[in-house]
Amino acid sequence: MYKFAKVLAFTAVTALFASPLYHASPALAAGSAEPIMKVDWSHSGPFGTFDRASLQRGLQVYREVCSGCHGLRFIAFRNLLEIGLTEKEAKTIAAEYTVMGGPNDEGEMYERPGKLFDYMPSPFDNEKAARASNNGAFPPDLSLIAKARIGGENYLYSLLLGYEEEPPEGVTLAEGMAYNRYFPGHQIAMGPPIDDEAVEYADGTAPTKEQIARDVSAFLMWTAEPAMEARKRMGVKVVLFLIVLTLVLYGVKRKVWADLH
Amino acid sequence: MSGHSSFQTNNPVLKWIEYRLPIFGFINDSLVVYPTPKNLNYWWNMGSLAGMMLVLQIITGIVLAMHYTPHADMAFASTEHIMRDVNYGWLLRYMHANGGSMFFIVVYIHIFRGMYYGSYKEPRELLWWLGIIIFILMMATAFMGYVLPWGQMSFWGATVITNLFSAVPLVGEEIVAWLWGGFAVDQPTLNRFYSLHYLLPFVIFAVVFVHLWALHVHKSNNPLGIDIKGPQDTIPFHPYYTVKDLYGMGIFGIIFALLLFFAPNLLGEPDNYIPANPLVTPTHIVPEWYFLPFYAILRAIPDKLFGVIAMFASIFILFALPWLDTSKVRSARFRPVYKMLFWAFFLNCFVLGYLGAKPPEGIFIVIGRLSTALYFLFFLVLPFIGWFERPRKLPESIATAVLESSGDDGGGGGAPDAAAAKAEDRG
Ligand code: HEC
Ligand code: HEM
Repeated sequence: MYKFAKVLAFTAVTALFASPLYHASPALAAGSAEPIMKVDWSHSGPFGTFDRASLQRGLQVYREVCSGCHGLRFIAFRNLLEIGLTEKEAKTIAAEYTVMGGPNDEGEMYERPGKLFDYMPSPFDNEKAARASNNGAFPPDLSLIAKARIGGENYLYSLLLGYEEEPPEGVTLAEGMAYNRYFPGHQIAMGPPIDDEAVEYADGTAPTKEQIARDVSAFLMWTAEPAMEARKRMGVKVVLFLIVLTLVLYGVKRKVWADLH
Repeated sequence: MSGHSSFQTNNPVLKWIEYRLPIFGFINDSLVVYPTPKNLNYWWNMGSLAGMMLVLQIITGIVLAMHYTPHADMAFASTEHIMRDVNYGWLLRYMHANGGSMFFIVVYIHIFRGMYYGSYKEPRELLWWLGIIIFILMMATAFMGYVLPWGQMSFWGATVITNLFSAVPLVGEEIVAWLWGGFAVDQPTLNRFYSLHYLLPFVIFAVVFVHLWALHVHKSNNPLGIDIKGPQDTIPFHPYYTVKDLYGMGIFGIIFALLLFFAPNLLGEPDNYIPANPLVTPTHIVPEWYFLPFYAILRAIPDKLFGVIAMFASIFILFALPWLDTSKVRSARFRPVYKMLFWAFFLNCFVLGYLGAKPPEGIFIVIGRLSTALYFLFFLVLPFIGWFERPRKLPESIATAVLESSGDDGGGGGAPDAAAAKAEDRG
């Protein structure tokens, strides 16, 4: 076992230790001098699971605050069952949105309330419309944002809390821009979207801005990687199985090779 | 392939088939009784692992293809559809994406193994050539596969790499337009890349077959780099190496599973989760990690045409290796100077990989040029090493060497250096 351990250690160490070299250091989102804040998420680590209550609060934050500018186009209302909403609750939420249906028998398109199989409608019809309403800036769809930024959900959390009312001395902000410590280049076209009490939580959680940022960041991690729990659960089983199998194979190998020495 | 085989059976059905198509004899000859040096170490596990990865990529790829849509407007969404709605689609996709990386890790080790133990030397030159052809085909396949999810890095990576051909004098622009099927990377590009990405692995499969055919003529090289002198030097492939390869697959599987299930995006680029947008150029366009050393060489040369030439040369020069190396001794264990040179080359490849991921500015440019020079220097000094180097005394035969170091797991299985040091201690 020792021999192979050496070969492996060598391979694994070179491969895995070399890999971070190939990325910009995750702690430093491109262009920002400040390392992002790290949150202790319930979903990190090999056994981590999403905090359902937090995800549901995050959904509320998205719906009440972010959805005015950002879409969530890969999330269907049926997916909300996965974060612990009952079917009735998900249906109610869906029905609050209006979607385009049809064509009906007369060949007309018509508006109807959303159903479980519908996807979350985006606030703007296209990028041009989005830019027109946002001073020329484009609020990206948030479905995958947690995987599309270095630092992931920690970056989202930092970004939401990283606003300064006054830019540091010597920095002049362009028209309509806000100063953010964590955004690459520091000038962001999104004003501070949240503040204390920006929402009112039904479950009695105190809506501090830290709490809100945390909930919506966790929620966006879920929208980006909804299969994370299934993946880790399977991973634990697969790795355990492979370890047992490999030990058996090692024993067989020893036995087969024993007569050679 | 051979008419006379070692395969004997009394089963009438097998006999009937064997008489018409000696397939059992072929399997028996190449996987069962096949004589293999007794002293192979664990670096010789990489071939079977590479074969396993090729099959795995083909299987996961075919199932992915059942759910994927090669259209510029739908490719990104169909990839997300696989991740979210297809049963175990996330598993398939992460397996295929990380499988590509694991395949490259294995093949890189396989190539370095060949270089360390001089496996490319007479009479294995063609075997070596076929290996490099596989490697080049793998790079083409991986490059085109990376374009398919149609994220920002897919699009811009494809743009940068295809644009390299515009450096060709006179007809450069025409070639690029021909590759694209238009005036930019677009729907025709995606469609043809998809077609080729599906095709090439089967070409690789065929070349692997020929690779193994060549291997089985003169058999495997071994850590001592000396020829097989007789039956006392070999053991049958089965059960010895079947079980050793299976054990290796187990260990490899654990590493693969850790990456796949617990850090599936570690080796990927976040930008590829942003849909392709021809109007927005990412700040840093970086290829997948396995291309980085070559990318660094490309960017080290200030002139575009010569950069492209250098990049291709850095791969194609491997074809000349069997003739650049003038030493009769294969294994680096007995070649003190070559051994040092090899490790310098090895480290330099990591430096190049590191530089490939960095923006080409300031100190990185200087180191990049130095490393590139070092890369080629290795091949330039190689012929001279063979002339002045005084190799250590080679063992009589594999069998005697194994006897001397018995208890050493079949002739030393650890890191090559450590094992070699041990062999030296014993004189
Ligand atoms: C008034 C409209 C508006 C609201 C409300 C809003 N955003 Fe934004 N958001 C924008 C715009 C515009 C941008 C583009 C900023 C830029 O590129 O400078 C943006 C960008 C972002 C980005 C990308 C930053 C990056 O690294 O590129 C994230 C993440 C984000 N918003 C999250 C949120 C979240 C979470 C909420 C809800 C709590 C929210 N936004 C609410 C307008 C908005
Ligand atoms: C799809 C990729 C490949 C597969 C499936 C594959 C498969 C194999 C297998 C099964 C062996 C025998 C076991 C072993 O020695 O490890 C082998 C040997 C060999 N391969 Fe490959 N190979 C691949 C790529 C390459 C590449 C890219 C090179 C070099 C450029 C290469 C060079 C060699 C050499 C020189 C040998 C003989 C080595 C020896 O016996 O010492 N192979 N290959």
